Amino acid sequence: MSHADTFHPFARVLHWLMALAILSMLFVGAGMVTSVEARHAWLLAIHKPLGITIFVLALIRLGFRLTHPAPPLPADMPEWQKLAAHASHWLLYGLMIAMPLIGWGMLSAGNYPVTLGAGLRLPPILPSDAALFAWLREAHRYLAWLFFLTFLAHIGAALMHGLIRRDGVLQSMTGGRRSA
Amino acid sequence: MQEPETRRPPAHAVWRWALIGLVVAGFAAAFGYVGGWLAPGRLTPKRIIDALQANGGEHPGFRRNHAKGICVAGRFESSGALAAYSTAPLFAPGDTPVVGRLAIPGGNPYAADSSVPIRSFALRFDLADGEQWRTGMNAMPVFPVSTAQAFYDLQLATHPDPATGKPDPAKPKAFFAAHPETAAFLAWIKTAKPSASYVTETYQSINAFYLRDAAEQRHAVRWKVVPEQPASGDGGPAAGDPDYLAADLAKRLGEGPLRWHLQMVFAAEGDPVDDATKVWPADRRTVDAGTIVIDRMQAQDDGPCRDVNYDPTILPRGIEVSNDPLLVARSAAYADSYLRRTSEEGHLPGTASPKENHP
Ligand code: HEM
Ligand code: HEM
Repeated sequence: MSHADTFHPFARVLHWLMALAILSMLFVGAGMVTSVEARHAWLLAIHKPLGITIFVLALIRLGFRLTHPAPPLPADMPEWQKLAAHASHWLLYGLMIAMPLIGWGMLSAGNYPVTLGAGLRLPPILPSDAALFAWLREAHRYLAWLFFLTFLAHIGAALMHGLIRRDGVLQSMTGGRRSA
Repeated sequence: MQEPETRRPPAHAVWRWALIGLVVAGFAAAFGYVGGWLAPGRLTPKRIIDALQANGGEHPGFRRNHAKGICVAGRFESSGALAAYSTAPLFAPGDTPVVGRLAIPGGNPYAADSSVPIRSFALRFDLADGEQWRTGMNAMPVFPVSTAQAFYDLQLATHPDPATGKPDPAKPKAFFAAHPETAAFLAWIKTAKPSASYVTETYQSINAFYLRDAAEQRHAVRWKVVPEQPASGDGGPAAGDPDYLAADLAKRLGEGPLRWHLQMVFAAEGDPVDDATKVWPADRRTVDAGTIVIDRMQAQDDGPCRDVNYDPTILPRGIEVSNDPLLVARSAAYADSYLRRTSEEGHLPGTASPKENHP
């Protein structure tokens, strides 16, 4: 397997780390806002620092991605599938940067202190404005759903590459040996 | 990728597709369960707020509970006496600005002040370093229930019958019979009368919290704000005026600032720290943390308290939540109420406009 076939090891590590973190975030978020039990509090205590961690990792990852091109998609892939692949990847990058910013921004607009636990607190990034808070809070929810749907399409497509097409696209991220 | 022509269709393609479908559907179902869509029996913030809204009526833009109230503002003058027990910077000697709200419970912003014998005081302390302390206190010694589920069931039991406008008396009766923890509250409310003034009331945190001192020691506390204003004097409320509390407040502020003492009550060994239905004995050690001085008021339509969510779990370092389950429930429920009213204020699509701002 040549280097051009797989993502850089650093990109792969980031990918799987963030996949785990983002998936957890979606579940943590959905779980905490539908609970009035103790878990509401501890999930929120995970949600904010993990969300900001994802933001930082996403910036690093985007910078790396822009300087280290991804392996090309197989030549025999239909054009619409390539387009869908590229569009969904940029959508995922957009969301992993937008979601934490919106979370941070909505707390700022609601005039909440943006506490991350352990005495850490971020400065507000928006003026306090109730209507802006409401817009951002709703955006945080609907974009989270979009995030989750894009994730479903993403793993569906990845498994399709790995199990049906068996064209090495899945292995370009897992780094495993390519089955013929 | 270099040899696409050599790739053969995989064996057992149907099973492979089924596996992919199963993985995707499994994630979707798990998300649906966690997000509550596939768990309709779960008590969610939304259901609690729906129940409050069903009892108080639809009043876009207003809080779903404690809907009727007035913004106040002033400062907290710390005595310094609490600094030994909590590292919260506002307890060092000095002043901290406060934005407060005096209110009555219930979801109807046009309820008569005499309709409930309870008044409430919420405060946001804006610390110099950007931290905040938010607290919502009621003028009563205990809460009727100790869990969110019981609070919700109480709302259902007191839901007014659309025909009579009053709850079916059998339902609250059955509720209280099934909830012996309400005894202390029921005993208190029997003698409670709607006060003629906000400013002569003692407001209590009811829920317990922890203070943390510089040596990392935790101290379980409840707090109350005790008025300097003497208990009564000028008779009962003006007959026929449903808004006498606001009128009284304006008159009193016209005469000068109003003062309350923030008193921290320390639990003794064995006092319940996670149960808002239980009083602590009256002899508990109490520290006077300083004076809350209120010197101005403003209608809530455009006052500084309108867009504040007095979520009791927003605390500076040096104050921490206890395990009282009501605290988390309040935080979750207030967030939902806050989102509804700010969405209405911001005219988000699909929300009713707050057209009733000026009754
Ligand atoms: C990748 C990043 C993030 C993801 C995927 C994410 C996801 C979610 C989801 C799914 C919800 C539930 C939405 C709903 O159904 O209403 C939520 C709510 C929330 N998120 Fe995030 N979030 C992220 C980052 C952040 C950050 C960085 C913050 C703050 C610093 C934040 C603060 C919140 C808050 C305060 C809530 C609502 C809590 C409530 O209303 O009770 N989020 N998030
Ligand atoms: C699970 C139990 C409780 C629920 C579900 C609940 C619900 C609510 C809701 C929805 C609001 C309006 C929030 C907003 O839109 O900003 C509110 C306000 C308030 N609640 Fe509770 N509450 C609970 C328990 C308590 C307790 C134990 C206290 C006692 C101290 C309390 C004191 C207050 C006060 C003072 C306000 C008015 C805050 C303001 O003026 O903005 N609540 N409550």
